[in-house]
Amino acid sequence: MKHTLTPQRYLILLAVMLSASIGDTLLSHGMAQVGPVSLAHLGLLLAAIRNPWVVTGILCLLGFFASYLTALSWADLTFVLPSTAFGYVIVALLSKYWLHEHLSLYRWAGILLIVCGVGFVANGPSLTEHAPKPLAPTGPIP
Amino acid sequence: MTYAGPFETWATILTVAATAVAGDVLTAGAMRRIGDLDRIRAQAGLAGAVRAVVSSPMFLLGVLSMALSFFSLLFTLSNVELSLAAPASASLTFLGNAFAAKLFLKENVDRRRWFAAIFVCAGVFLLSK
Repeated sequence: MKHTLTPQRYLILLAVMLSASIGDTLLSHGMAQVGPVSLAHLGLLLAAIRNPWVVTGILCLLGFFASYLTALSWADLTFVLPSTAFGYVIVALLSKYWLHEHLSLYRWAGILLIVCGVGFVANGPSLTEHAPKPLAPTGPIP
Repeated sequence: MTYAGPFETWATILTVAATAVAGDVLTAGAMRRIGDLDRIRAQAGLAGAVRAVVSSPMFLLGVLSMALSFFSLLFTLSNVELSLAAPASASLTFLGNAFAAKLFLKENVDRRRWFAAIFVCAGVFLLSK
């Protein structure tokens, strides 16, 4: 049986991709405001968790873990993981068009490879169908 | 600047990847045993779904492995430069997951999924350039 996904499940995969990359970006932005944290100044971590960017980043990452676990409950690991890698592409594109960073040719090639990789699995079945275990032998029927 | 020798560099990167693969495979195995979370949430509510997940020893072991992977990444970053450690461990994790999913989760890793793992692995490495 070919397992295809409903639109609602594609939305969960989209949440997996977006929440991780947006959460990381928010955490990075928040921690840049908080400043470097060293072992001698661990109290700064308390300041970090009062920073709204950090708090929103943590909430996004919690959302990522919840949607990742939900996706794993109905799809194979080798189907979900390439989808999560699409987050790298989103971060790269955000850095190009939002932060106006320069993307080298290597990075464009990397984006192309990841998009191809995600495309390979997206067209295939999402879940491996395992044959049901045979019942224990009961001996010859008299 | 890389402070560690090649053996220590690759041993720590491999440790990060191996613990990450263990975390992913254990978590995926736990979710497969628990079953469709959408269905559980419809029947037992959000609290029921959370209870089903956090009461699974396999899931907790997976989270422990993920935590180990995180701390070994921190250790690696104190000895190996980020531009090598992060993409190398991420790429190895993608390939390792394809092997482990076939071996332990009995997933049907067909040619399409192998290509996906290899393309994503190479793509992640190129993104760090």
